[in-house]
Amino acid sequence: MVMMSKIRGFFNSIFSKLFRVKKTIKLGFYGPVNAGKSSLANRISKDFTGEEMSSVSKVPHETRTIIQKEKVKIKYNDKEMDFNLIDTPGIATRIDYEDFLKFKMNDEEAKERAKEATQGVIESIKWLDQVDCVLVVLDATQDPYSQVNITIIGNLAARNTPILIVANKVDLKSSKIQRVEDAFPQYKVIGISAMTGKNMDELYKEIFNLIKK
Amino acid sequence: MLTLQFIPGYELNGLEVNQKIRKILGLVRKDRILVIEGRLSSEEEALLIQRTMEEISKEFKGVEICSVDYRKNEKTLPQKIREMLASMLLGGREGFSIVGPASIVREIKRNPDKIELLFSNNKR
Repeated sequence: MVMMSKIRGFFNSIFSKLFRVKKTIKLGFYGPVNAGKSSLANRISKDFTGEEMSSVSKVPHETRTIIQKEKVKIKYNDKEMDFNLIDTPGIATRIDYEDFLKFKMNDEEAKERAKEATQGVIESIKWLDQVDCVLVVLDATQDPYSQVNITIIGNLAARNTPILIVANKVDLKSSKIQRVEDAFPQYKVIGISAMTGKNMDELYKEIFNLIKK
Repeated sequence: MLTLQFIPGYELNGLEVNQKIRKILGLVRKDRILVIEGRLSSEEEALLIQRTMEEISKEFKGVEICSVDYRKNEKTLPQKIREMLASMLLGGREGFSIVGPASIVREIKRNPDKIELLFSNNKR
């Protein structure tokens, strides 16, 4: 699967360079649960289309299917390009329906949400082959050395997919961007707040740098 | 009683990736905490997560995984070549992986220098 993706990527790249095709970039939002992927996707979507694309919640696994917003024209200075924004369910290695009971759900609702959440994780992993470049969204207040983060980044690296690590929630006092930078020294890390919009211009600049790769 | 099971590299190296994941999940579902010689690749970890999600139920809550590759990034070219040759000869066994049932292993904390397994007080 990875090999097919690499071959496809290689030919796409050659074709684009030869014929200068201006294609739409599929920009994926990947990360662990509750890191703020949907909030960031909403922020970007709203900045350039005026509309949000995903619902957000403090309840884990709010996004349980892939959500796409097509033809979002992102602009930075004199540059502009069309993107398909692909918001993915958070990846987790465990899902316990009892955790949802804490959020005023009844037994049936919690079980249904857990079932949908497991499907969401599977779908996210399958979509790793479909995206052109990825914003790996991490919660800057949390330990960055989690296996989920390492597995996501390792899988994208194995597919040669360009990655930008977004350390979200820098508006919170407990956020530590340096810790994220130390954990992934080979990647560009940019600290933002999807909630307040802090540092979004810098993010847009880095997205254009990312697609040059 | 906690059971820690060591899986030597040769037990998994000959297996096709799906068989490997099935074997790992089968043991974890028997409440074993596995220490696997030779870290799982990123693709194997992703497949393990996928298969885990397919099996989640009221009884099986998932897994905790920690893969450790103790090779350092800052290497000279001769070191990299030596490492590559060793990897080819040994079948890429550098490092190790720990996989345990989420109902027993609450969290695996990893610092660059140490790994801590935090256990659940009561197995649900």
